[in-house]
Amino acid sequence: MPTKKIRVVIGKPGLDGHDRGANVIAQGLRDAGMEVIYLGLRITPEQIAEAAIQEDADVVGLSCLSGAHMSLFPKTVSLVRGKTDKDVLFIGGGIIPRKDVSKLQEAGFAGTFGPGTPIAEIADFIKKKFE
Amino acid sequence: MTEQKERKPVFKTTVDGIEVKSVYAHADLAGFEPDTSLPAEFPFTRNIMPAGYRSRLWTMRQYAGFATVEETNKRYKYLYQQGQTGFSVAFHLPTQTGYDSDHPLASGEVGRVGVAIDSLQDMEELWEGIPLAEVSTSMTINATAPVITAMYVAAAEKQGAKRAELNGTVQNDLLKEYIARNTYIFGPEPSMRLTTDLCSFCAKEMPKWNSISISGYHMREAGATAIQEAAFTLANGIAYVQAMIDRGMPVDSFAPRFSFFFASYNNLIEEVAKFRAARRAWAKIMKDRFGTQNARSQSLRYHVQTDGFTLTEQQPLNNIVRVTIQALAAVLGGCQSLHTCSYDEALAIPSEESVQLSLRTQQIIAHESGVADLVDPLGGSYYLEWLTNKIEEGIFDYIAKIDEIGGAPQAIQKGYIQREIRGAAYNYQKAVDAGEHVVVGLNKFTTEEEPELELFELDEAVEKKQVARLQKLRSERDNEKVKKVLDEVRNVAKSDENIMPVLIEAVNAYATVGEISDAMRDVFGEYREPVVV
Repeated sequence: MPTKKIRVVIGKPGLDGHDRGANVIAQGLRDAGMEVIYLGLRITPEQIAEAAIQEDADVVGLSCLSGAHMSLFPKTVSLVRGKTDKDVLFIGGGIIPRKDVSKLQEAGFAGTFGPGTPIAEIADFIKKKFE
Repeated sequence: MTEQKERKPVFKTTVDGIEVKSVYAHADLAGFEPDTSLPAEFPFTRNIMPAGYRSRLWTMRQYAGFATVEETNKRYKYLYQQGQTGFSVAFHLPTQTGYDSDHPLASGEVGRVGVAIDSLQDMEELWEGIPLAEVSTSMTINATAPVITAMYVAAAEKQGAKRAELNGTVQNDLLKEYIARNTYIFGPEPSMRLTTDLCSFCAKEMPKWNSISISGYHMREAGATAIQEAAFTLANGIAYVQAMIDRGMPVDSFAPRFSFFFASYNNLIEEVAKFRAARRAWAKIMKDRFGTQNARSQSLRYHVQTDGFTLTEQQPLNNIVRVTIQALAAVLGGCQSLHTCSYDEALAIPSEESVQLSLRTQQIIAHESGVADLVDPLGGSYYLEWLTNKIEEGIFDYIAKIDEIGGAPQAIQKGYIQREIRGAAYNYQKAVDAGEHVVVGLNKFTTEEEPELELFELDEAVEKKQVARLQKLRSERDNEKVKKVLDEVRNVAKSDENIMPVLIEAVNAYATVGEISDAMRDVFGEYREPVVV
């Protein structure tokens, strides 16, 4: 019986346009066997939440390098949680100072992956959560 | 004993770079067009000027900006006291993308990656105590370049300066925004109109101003190889020159004030070769394709920034070494202007302490290393000359491909350039993840303990402060006048008149970046990128 692919929605909320990491991870997770929907950049938390529901996302991955993550990431989590009972996995990346990692964890982020994280680390992290 | 076992089966300059053999000799230059030109001789491979840094050192120009104009003004004065010789303005994302600091999309972004500039009032105070007639300023601004340049000119004129005496550069390069940097607002056609409006205005009214900084840096950051960085930059340059000619501007009226912006990466000699190849290729393009005999139109003048992507969060002090190598490459390559990154920049924007060291890096190279005491010191190295030729070949191969597609704007619309870059970025990540490409401190020679650094931290009160400032401005200015001038902006945007005069009027009436951008959005609409992954 074929395993259903893990569905990952990736996006960049806010105004930050540095999308190298988000692009590389989107490709990497695809190559690791997941279904990846890349929303692009300059999208709002509301738009991400809408897409997460529409796409029946298992995972939502957010990227921000401008330092605006605390204004955008927790908001996205609550918007998604407000729309579905599904236990969506939230992961984040970009430039996230160490002191904010625990705050994001409290806000519902299962993992924060900064510069230098190997793709396999993120893929394995996700796969383990869905075993 | 002539054989030795080597560390790797293949050596390349970078991931997806050029294959390098163990030694180069005179015979390796056979098969290439010989180039015995001296500095300041076509095709300017060795330098555009005869005495290079013996005459004048490169401009030490540190990209800086954060919080409000008060804090940034202070940092600018600090940098000048520490010996920098040109200013470089970093604007926060709302200013770059045409939103005021109180716009919903600006929330959380105010003052983070650059200084908050909403109006001429901000621009005037940014330069408090700094005579714009006497300095050189580079502004990294693209979609809102016409508005911000109008503000700079207005602020300078309020200081008593004449626009014709202003020295500086505005980035104003939308093609690379669509490819890699992503702060565009409008679609490609209106963007090209605005870019060339600004270039034409500068050509006529600001002879000391570089009206564009055609950039490869951001494409390199996005994953491009050295050849791709140079090739795609020059291809964009060709598109801009053509667009100006199509507007009826004679090539020599603007080309001498077209400038460029490249990264400087870790592979020292590849970078030097890249800069030399780019100089040679641009000179040939200007002469052969655009028919100019004017040496100034043929001369590639450029700013370099050491490549931010190469900086690691792990063992950040290692970055000092990386930046030194990259800065050395930039100087050996003959850049006109240089920014050196700070060692903590994988984590935060530079603190006073870390940026001081970045400046010292340039100053030590300038005054202690000897490489600035002659022109093109590595010229004549078999490897360097061979690599320069190879990169030039690679540049023209890509330009031919892009010509076949119909030029850079077409190639961008079709996603060709983006796919090349993103493919290279993915290959790079795979090579690092597999340990094939070593990044010291990251995938080799790692440590568990990390030093505690004193990082720059943005005061969270900044957003409130800037919003209050903006609201006060709106309540104190002549709002009738603003409404009228915004209508005029729309009218000019709809016509084929140059937008700059009405923008100068608008900024003088204290219309804001967001308001002026919205007026243009009303006419041009907004661009939504087609996702290319």
